[in-house]
This record gives sequence, C-alpha cells and structure tokens, in this order.
Amino acid sequence: MPVQYEGIRQEHVAVRTRAGLFDVSHMGQIETAGPDAEAFLQHLVSNDVTRLSDAGAQYSVLCREDGGVLDDLFSYRLGDRFLTVTNAANHERDVAWFEAHAAPFDVTVTDAADRHAMLALQGPEARAVLARHIDGDAPARMHTTRARVAGAECLVCGTGYTGEDGVELLMAPDDAEAVWDALTGDGATPAGLGARDTLRLEVCFHLYGNDLSEDRNPIEAGLAWCCKVETGFIGADALRHVDPRDLLAPFAFTGPGIPRPGNEVHTDHGTGVVTSGTHSPCLEVGIGMAYVPRAAAAAGTAIEVDVRGKRRSAEVRERPLYRKESADGR
Amino acid sequence: MADETYPPDLLYHPEHDWARVEDGEATLGITWFAQDQLGEVVFFDPPHLGTAIAANDPYSEVESVKAVSDVIAPLSGEVTAVNEALSDAPEKINDDPYGEGWLIRVRLSDPSEADALLDADAYRERLAAESSE
Repeated sequence: MPVQYEGIRQEHVAVRTRAGLFDVSHMGQIETAGPDAEAFLQHLVSNDVTRLSDAGAQYSVLCREDGGVLDDLFSYRLGDRFLTVTNAANHERDVAWFEAHAAPFDVTVTDAADRHAMLALQGPEARAVLARHIDGDAPARMHTTRARVAGAECLVCGTGYTGEDGVELLMAPDDAEAVWDALTGDGATPAGLGARDTLRLEVCFHLYGNDLSEDRNPIEAGLAWCCKVETGFIGADALRHVDPRDLLAPFAFTGPGIPRPGNEVHTDHGTGVVTSGTHSPCLEVGIGMAYVPRAAAAAGTAIEVDVRGKRRSAEVRERPLYRKESADGR
Repeated sequence: MADETYPPDLLYHPEHDWARVEDGEATLGITWFAQDQLGEVVFFDPPHLGTAIAANDPYSEVESVKAVSDVIAPLSGEVTAVNEALSDAPEKINDDPYGEGWLIRVRLSDPSEADALLDADAYRERLAAESSE
C-alpha cells in the first residue's frame, strides 16, 4: 500500500466526509480451528473471547508473560473457528507465538495471510457505496457477514481503524483488483498509509510499533478496557499488579509546530516521549500521543514538546482528539 | 498544485532552493521539485527578523504531513522579511513556489556567493542526473 495516492490531506478529508478505500492487504491473518479454539484464544488474547458472539468482532492485545504487548488484534468468530487479523510487521512472530502455545489444546493454527487480500472501505458514505455492489445486507458495526461484493466472495466486517463508519473486506487475493476497481470507480477515493495514520491518530487509535510495544503494557497504553484479567490470559497476572508510572495521553499543540515520534515531552511532573505525532488535517494543529508521567496525563494539563530543539506548547486532551460533532459545529 | 517549472530569472542551489537576487538583497524559496517531494506543506517555521543565515546551512524547516525538511540557505545574509502569509496558508509553497510561496528576504553579506549558484538549465540537468541515478 502506498503512502499516498493524490495527497494525504485530500484522502483524509475524503474518508471524513465521503468514502475512501484502503488496500490493507499487508495485514496478516491467523485462523484458529478445532474443539478448543475458544479456550486457546482465551488463553492468548486479552479480551474475553467467550463474550464474542458468532459472526462478531473483538479487539484485544497479545501479551507476553510480563505484560509487554506483542501485537494488537481484531478477532472474528466464524462458526467453529476464529480469524485473527495481525499487524504486518508482527505477523510471523504472532504465528510463531500461537503455534508455540498450541500444544496443550486441541486446535489447528493456520497462517492464513496468503489466502486473504484486505480492503477497508471507510467513511460516512462507505455503506452507501457498498450497498450498490453487495448481494446482501451489510453487517452491523463489530459484526461480520459473508456476501458477494462486485462478484467476489468476501467476508464483510463492520470494522475499521479510522473513526468512521465502514467495512473491511477480506477476499481471495485474485479477486481484490476487481473489488478495488468497482468501489473506487463508484465513489470511494483511493487512500494510502499516510491518511490511515492521520485518521487513526485523530481518534486516538493505537499503532503498534509507535504507541504499543513490548516495552509498554496495555494498562499504561490506556487499553485496560480490553484486558479482562479474570480470564487468565498470558500476561494477566502481571497486569493485575501494574501501577503505571506513565500513561499514554493524547495532546494537541496550542501554537505552531508538528510533533513527531521520539520528541521529548516536558511536564511539571517529569519528562515523557511522543509515540505518534502529525499535523491533523481536520483540527489543523499538531496532534499526537505521548507517554507522560501519570500526574501529567489529565486532560487540560499544559505540557511542552521539544521538537528538534524548540519547545512547543501543547495541552493534554480527552480522547478522541477529533469528534464528528465538533467538526459539524453541533 | 503548480506545474513543474524552473524560471530562468532565478538562481538555484543544489539542495533545491532558489534565490531572486536584486540590488544586494535576495528573496529565497524552495523549488518546484522540493515541494513536490514533500507533498502538501502544512507548516513553515520562519527564522526571526535580523537572524544571520549562512550559505549552505539550514535556516528553517518546512513540514508536510509525512515529513520535515531543512531549508538550506543558497546565500549568506541577514533576514529582512519573512512571508507572514505562510503561517495561515503554508500550502502557497505548493501552489506558487516562486511567487506567493516565497519564504524570506535577506540582505546579502557576500553578493559574490551568487556566482556559485546554478542557472535554471544547470539545475534542471542536475535534477535529471539525480533521477537517473
């Protein structure tokens, strides 16, 4: 997937106001099947898999024993099996981790990345575009359905990572071009990795490798909501006792400048570090997320970000940084 | 975005900056190639008035959503004006890199440095050589 087609800002605005289409085929998939599939996944991922309904979708993190984050994942329950979507850079490690822990369970773990292409159709008009090409009903948010889209058999998932309504489509790689052409030929703007990053950051979704890593646990990353420690997943014991020094805080610049990952943050309670930073096309200011000392993580706290030697003024904000209502003036 | 052009009345620095030299002063900016490489500019951080800038050293930064780039001074001098309009509309650097997208004006401390700069044809040849590498 390219960084951009026509330009990050245009693609970003297209997704916020109409519909954009991302080729996210670089993402990986792992299929988990067999009688113990649910128990196995419950052992590995942080969310409560028993509460994942059939054809439902669920977000979770994959942790080491010490709580360090190996990946963040979406899992879909598809009848007697699960499909888990991984980040491209972590996929092989994830597959190895799944396989290494499979022995006590009656499960089959399959690397399904080569079987799938993946397109994300996102934006307020995404469902209207889809409706003209799908031979059935689109799934509700956080649910999936099987349907033909532009003639291709797809798993249609009511998920995405932009803060907009929309769907993600999983299909055989050979079918992807036809689906891409049909949707981009009918109102969906091709959108690249650059816009995907600005869109997800405006709504404070985590990016693995930036905001999540093996050196950080999901509690300090603000992901306690998807860590159901009572399920006993790998890492749960460590997370029960976490008393984080830092918290991941969204912030916006109150003056000029653009924060970038790695910039040092100065607060009244000590220093922190920016893990994601960009110029927000919708808010038209520098925005980002940073690990800061807990006492400095409350919304409204004034902080400073050192951008290549210049101290830039910023303020910790509530998440999400961008809300649809505020843009509409409501 | 503007079409690719390299006006013949300007002088060029190999780091993709231009200078319009007039009466011991120069207006400076970045070339069409530079803004095209960056993508849509969202922030220009101007130097303060009176700052001394030195030829071949960075004097500012321009940023697009995806990247930040140093702006290299083609000539030495003291900053006498900055393009204030860019604080609200940095995209002028993309739309009109040699006109409304100018960056700063300087009073030259050594006008003879201009002899080391490239004319438009020589700069184009350099771009062609770089792209074929």
